[in-house]
Amino acid sequence: MTDAARFRLIPRRALVSWLILVAVTLVSFALGVEHGTGAAIVFVVLALTGIKVRLIGLDFMELRHAPIVLRALFEVYCVALWAVLSTLYLL
Amino acid sequence: MPGEQGTWVFLLGDMVVFGAFFATFLVERSKNPDLSDTSRKTLHVGVGLANTLVLLASSLFVVLAIGAVRVGARSIATNAVVAAMVCGLIFIALKVFEYRSAVMVGHGPGANHFYLYYFVLTGLHLFHVCVGILVLSFLLTQTRRTEFSTTRMAIVEGGACFWHLVDLLWVVLFPLLYLVS
Repeated sequence: MTDAARFRLIPRRALVSWLILVAVTLVSFALGVEHGTGAAIVFVVLALTGIKVRLIGLDFMELRHAPIVLRALFEVYCVALWAVLSTLYLL
Repeated sequence: MPGEQGTWVFLLGDMVVFGAFFATFLVERSKNPDLSDTSRKTLHVGVGLANTLVLLASSLFVVLAIGAVRVGARSIATNAVVAAMVCGLIFIALKVFEYRSAVMVGHGPGANHFYLYYFVLTGLHLFHVCVGILVLSFLLTQTRRTEFSTTRMAIVEGGACFWHLVDLLWVVLFPLLYLVS
């Protein structure tokens, strides 16, 4: 196997998403630990969580190029999860 | 589409069920926010962060394994699945450490509602991790194959997606339990 083929074993988009996931995890951790109180911070942390869920689905589970119905169901799940959790927290 | 249709019915169903658990947890903790927050602060947030990073690393190994299976790089696929399994075992070890620490200082499932939900939610997730390791064990038996039928490849991809589901659920549990005050 050539070096080029070896490099393609992890799709570039999945690798970028993984780096974003690690970075967002560390940011969420810092926000939660350092500024754990306050609705605005929690709102941001939950939004970052929704983004992380979406990246895992689209680029690790390969739903980005899945049939439209499956991808739509997943996108709706991500938005609903964020909306429901944020609403319940604010109530 | 990675995996088979039935796999996705199961995976999406599991996501929805856990979504309901997450919502129930937030409703329950809102009934006594001060107690919940005091309890939350007793958790090992550093261990929770480490477990998140461990599962994210495992997911990348599984992505690598699937990529390697597709191009026939059997040795890389095997090593990647083994690495993902090791990550899963590290997750379990850290979780056992957390459980033991909590119970030893009187923060067991019966201490209050927060700890009850903590143990139930993380316990259900831990069950998924254990099943996931069994699924990865199956993938390990497939990585040495030279040829894959469409059905077999769909099963392998579905197994990989199950492991990513384990990661996905933890990515929500970590902030809900450890970070959100």
